[in-house]
Amino acid sequence: MYRAPVDEIAHAIKHVAGLSNAIDNGHAGELSEDLVDAILEEAGKFASDEIAPMLMVGDQHGSTLKDGSVTTPPGWKELYRNWIDGGWNALSGPEEFGGQNLPSTLAMAATEMWNAGSMAFGLCPMLTMGAIEAFEAHASDELKAIYFEKLVSGEWTGSMNLTEPQAGSDLAALKSRAEPQDDGSYRIFGQKIYITYGEHDMTDNIVHLVLARLPDAPAGTRGISLFAVPKFLVNEDGSLGERNDVFCSGLEHKLGVHASPTCTMIYGDGKFGDKPGAIGWLIGEENRGLNCMFTMMNNARLAVGVQGVAIAEAATQKAIAFANERKQGKSPSWDGEGMAPIVYHPDIQRNLLTMKALTQAARAICYSCAHAIDMSKTGSDEDRKFWSERASLLTPVAKAYSTDIGSDVASIGVQVHGGMGFIEETGAAIFMRDARIAQIYEGTNGIQAIDLVQRKLPMSDGQCVAAYFDELDSILEQLRTSNEPAFGNSTAILSDGLKALKSATDWLTEKSKAGETQHVLAAATPYQTLFGLVSGGIYLAKSALASSGAKDRAALCRFFAENHVNGAVALQNRVEQGADSFESAAASLVD
Amino acid sequence: MKVLVPVKRVVDYNVKIRVKSDDSGVELANVKMSMNPFDEISVEQAIRMKEAGQVEEIVVVSVGPQQSQETLRTALAMGADRAILVKHDDVVEPLAVAKILKGVVEEENPGLVILGKQAIDDDSNQTGQMLAALLGWSQGTFASEIEISGDTAKVKREVDGGLQNIEIKMPAIITTDLRLNEPRYASLPNIMKAKKKPLDEKSVGDYGVDTAPRLTVVKTEEPEGRKAGVIVGSVEELVSKLKNEAGVL
Repeated sequence: MYRAPVDEIAHAIKHVAGLSNAIDNGHAGELSEDLVDAILEEAGKFASDEIAPMLMVGDQHGSTLKDGSVTTPPGWKELYRNWIDGGWNALSGPEEFGGQNLPSTLAMAATEMWNAGSMAFGLCPMLTMGAIEAFEAHASDELKAIYFEKLVSGEWTGSMNLTEPQAGSDLAALKSRAEPQDDGSYRIFGQKIYITYGEHDMTDNIVHLVLARLPDAPAGTRGISLFAVPKFLVNEDGSLGERNDVFCSGLEHKLGVHASPTCTMIYGDGKFGDKPGAIGWLIGEENRGLNCMFTMMNNARLAVGVQGVAIAEAATQKAIAFANERKQGKSPSWDGEGMAPIVYHPDIQRNLLTMKALTQAARAICYSCAHAIDMSKTGSDEDRKFWSERASLLTPVAKAYSTDIGSDVASIGVQVHGGMGFIEETGAAIFMRDARIAQIYEGTNGIQAIDLVQRKLPMSDGQCVAAYFDELDSILEQLRTSNEPAFGNSTAILSDGLKALKSATDWLTEKSKAGETQHVLAAATPYQTLFGLVSGGIYLAKSALASSGAKDRAALCRFFAENHVNGAVALQNRVEQGADSFESAAASLVD
Repeated sequence: MKVLVPVKRVVDYNVKIRVKSDDSGVELANVKMSMNPFDEISVEQAIRMKEAGQVEEIVVVSVGPQQSQETLRTALAMGADRAILVKHDDVVEPLAVAKILKGVVEEENPGLVILGKQAIDDDSNQTGQMLAALLGWSQGTFASEIEISGDTAKVKREVDGGLQNIEIKMPAIITTDLRLNEPRYASLPNIMKAKKKPLDEKSVGDYGVDTAPRLTVVKTEEPEGRKAGVIVGSVEELVSKLKNEAGVL
């Protein structure tokens, strides 16, 4: 069963992402390395000993709906209660409202552990985290006074209501409406789908954040406003009042994350209250709802990326444990009695090392992104801008690359288990099923790629991405001078990889400037993969360089370079030549 | 009443122990360390007694290297009030620990010392008993239930044949067994508070104890692996094997 890799995570956030530097340079407040260790240690215990044992129970039972009420799997409610009693939901919230205000790197490290224990469980606090950020940045003091402290502690959860049947990736099409009332509140009407933890029995209230249109709102995305709509209205003394006119009309039957209820939410159907319309309050300004959403988008997308890392880690641990126990056939490197444990077979080793390396590469990208978010909140305006752009640049890569590898690694995990991998009871398939959604929600990975090539590369006229490549170059320089034989051909391969990434970047920039959008869009996904592959490979080198004497990190970097990063040139070709081939072949697709 | 809880930093219970290549001991380099699980039970017991109003202050103490600070911080994060680290880098045997603890007891004057019945690294199961002898205090070892009332403590002991109920006079030494309680997780706010709680550093010299080992480790080796089993043909054969070969009947 999953055991939180506390030391590995600590190494990644301190020495690869840069938290140790931040602590040394006074950018991390009162945080010390000891405290980081203590927090990770205890979070790891909870994730390993309390959440992970619930994974299969949650998957098998799933959440169920009866008369508008959702029942979570047995033990789920107690698990959530113990988790918020441990103060974990309040890890990153503002101190004024009971939070610990700890940095994003730590919040993401903890997020990884909860989700590796059970992604279906980890999803709930992830949605609340989004609500907390929206509240912090945009809610009025009156709204904060009523809801904020309970959201920060996790006593109430938050849900995010964006999607409607006709408005998925394109929110411009959304129809839910909000009618202003004389008392300053609004009445919300409409249907929302795919609402994660939109209804559940773990807390006695839920605060729904809902995107809807005002009567006179302009069409498109500039006419969307954000509202807070509680499941139960709150009395002046803070006690719960009447049920609001919102309910869950259906649960989706899904491929994975069965314990997480995916709800269809109906607002303003007249089911509750004296007149139809769910009562809500505006968050931020009218028609600026999407902007409010964007403030938390970086974090939410990064958190989903971290889910990819989490699943990859859990799947890797399970596969390695299995490969050490399962015995089949003979192996040249096994001289023991009887059949060899399959971990001695080269093909299994290739699979397991791929799992391990991809997991650590994606982890490094995610935590580097988290570190950039932390750094964007400190220092001079210039520094803040630099780091904020860095975070924006890395966010789509962290989200898409990590969730892609999450799925890949989970699939390899099934493969390592052989026939048993296909049997649910083994517990390898669940990772593959759970991982799949992370590539889709919070902006599909295709959307992330478009974001990367169209919005992120042009930031500061290309200076942002150029500075990032300079940083990767300087790691390669350290690698070159380290002269450590354990790295094998890493230096040459990683350098070629970075060269391929730079060329592909130049090519895309040129095509963008020339207005050849078709080419840019066609190249987006292979470019994103190339970006993740090369930066992940170089981060593995950084990780190894930061742990002097530990040869196993250098060996893993070498494996990844010599077996994966050498594919960078092929990806570069795909970027630069893909679009033409699409054009000629795509005609056959359209009815 | 003040309670003193000694805690030991040991190899984490999840770690697969490896013998050093020269057979001189167990590999400790780059190995995850954490609080001895029985000591966690002791800390939990002290916290529960404090929550019940029987205890005013919980002092945790560890004899070990600088890194034992982390173990003490864990105890503070669980809910202990302050900590004492008696720094010592080399191997220290139960008798030396007991002598050092005697010094700490004389300084701190606790009404009760709660120790884990043994540490999972060397499994000595001696320190509590030795400390009781050195102090001349009563002892209740292997406790699975503790009830303090005034000058006496009722202790339910886990002994080979079952459970033994004893009543002992306070001040006393109690050592904890597995079933006494289930230790809590440190909450995040308490981890944050723990870094501000006092942690005093002392040295072995402060207690004038000679820690020179009385024992010599000749060799450390892996336990013998499990041998392949045999399938017996009948109940009679099984009984005969148990009687004649295994000698357990």
